[in-house]
Amino acid sequence: MLVSIYRYNPEQDSKPAMQSIEVEVPEGRDLMVLDVLELAKAKDPSITYRRSCREGVCGSDGMNINGVNGLACVTPLSKAAGPGRKLVLRPLPGLPVIRDLVVDMTQFYKQFEKVKPYLINDKTPPATERLQSPQEREKLDGLYECILCACCTTSCPSFWWNPDKFIGPAGLLQSYRFLADSRDTATAERLAELDDPFSVFRCRGIMNCVAVCPKGLNPTRAIGKIRNMLIEQGA
Amino acid sequence: MVTSVTSLGRSGLFDWMAQRLSALILLAWTVYLAARLLLAQELDYASWRALFDAPFMRIFSLIALLSLCAHAWIGVWTVTTDYLNTAHLGRAGTAVRLLTQAACALLTLAYLLWGARIFWGG
Repeated sequence: MLVSIYRYNPEQDSKPAMQSIEVEVPEGRDLMVLDVLELAKAKDPSITYRRSCREGVCGSDGMNINGVNGLACVTPLSKAAGPGRKLVLRPLPGLPVIRDLVVDMTQFYKQFEKVKPYLINDKTPPATERLQSPQEREKLDGLYECILCACCTTSCPSFWWNPDKFIGPAGLLQSYRFLADSRDTATAERLAELDDPFSVFRCRGIMNCVAVCPKGLNPTRAIGKIRNMLIEQGA
Repeated sequence: MVTSVTSLGRSGLFDWMAQRLSALILLAWTVYLAARLLLAQELDYASWRALFDAPFMRIFSLIALLSLCAHAWIGVWTVTTDYLNTAHLGRAGTAVRLLTQAACALLTLAYLLWGARIFWGG
């Protein structure tokens, strides 16, 4: 099958170009996109991309597959391209390209750091551990599973237009993960940091993030919950 | 916290709520006016004039006009901060955005004063 791959080496190329590679895909098996990419790399070893766990856990191989962001390792070829169609692989949109399918995630991580993605508790630590009831723990389901692959944030136009100001779906999902945590005592401070016209409110609810999340998470719902908390605190 | 002195209320929550409240007021005004037009026995200058001379309609229309201005400003501000910035336009981005916003603000103010004069000017 024909695979079209975005190629760009800023040290050599004046601008990016798409490279077409014919890859022999075995009959009767549904490969993952990453497998096809490995086959292409066998033909042209200069193709550069990130990968590690090959099972949707590490979040390294987030890329734009036939126009839709996803993890190459858990996206079946049948779903990505379908029979007789070309496979088109591009880097995640909205972030600077380091080389080929590898993007510079600095801006993404900066937004993640802004939400202080760690537990803040100003009370004296107990001798053993801070306990939660099963109900309190349940509130973190659908939030803690995020692997920071950046598929959601880089599919969001609000992040494309204001990557330095809008935190983006991944960062906001993590923000709510700690706002919802019964052990965290910095709720008011966290909310105060978010009540500006960009950080949260630049979300226009188009839900690209929900459509592409490889883990099936729902950042839009988390953003709605942050907004409700802001209303309860500030209105 | 991202600061922005050109947004309507400085607070994201304020702008978000103002946009929704103003939308509801505009909806109510539109539905009320449409209902009055549909239910009117006869529609001539005198009845139209009487409708807008009533104190209730004057106040309602001024509130709707203020809502329209607030709603428009929040919307235009959002669009201009999305598309007219240094990421899209290079170094001139901020100047282009501020000039566009200033023009929109002046136009909005002019419409507000003009509209107030129409509704309340006797």
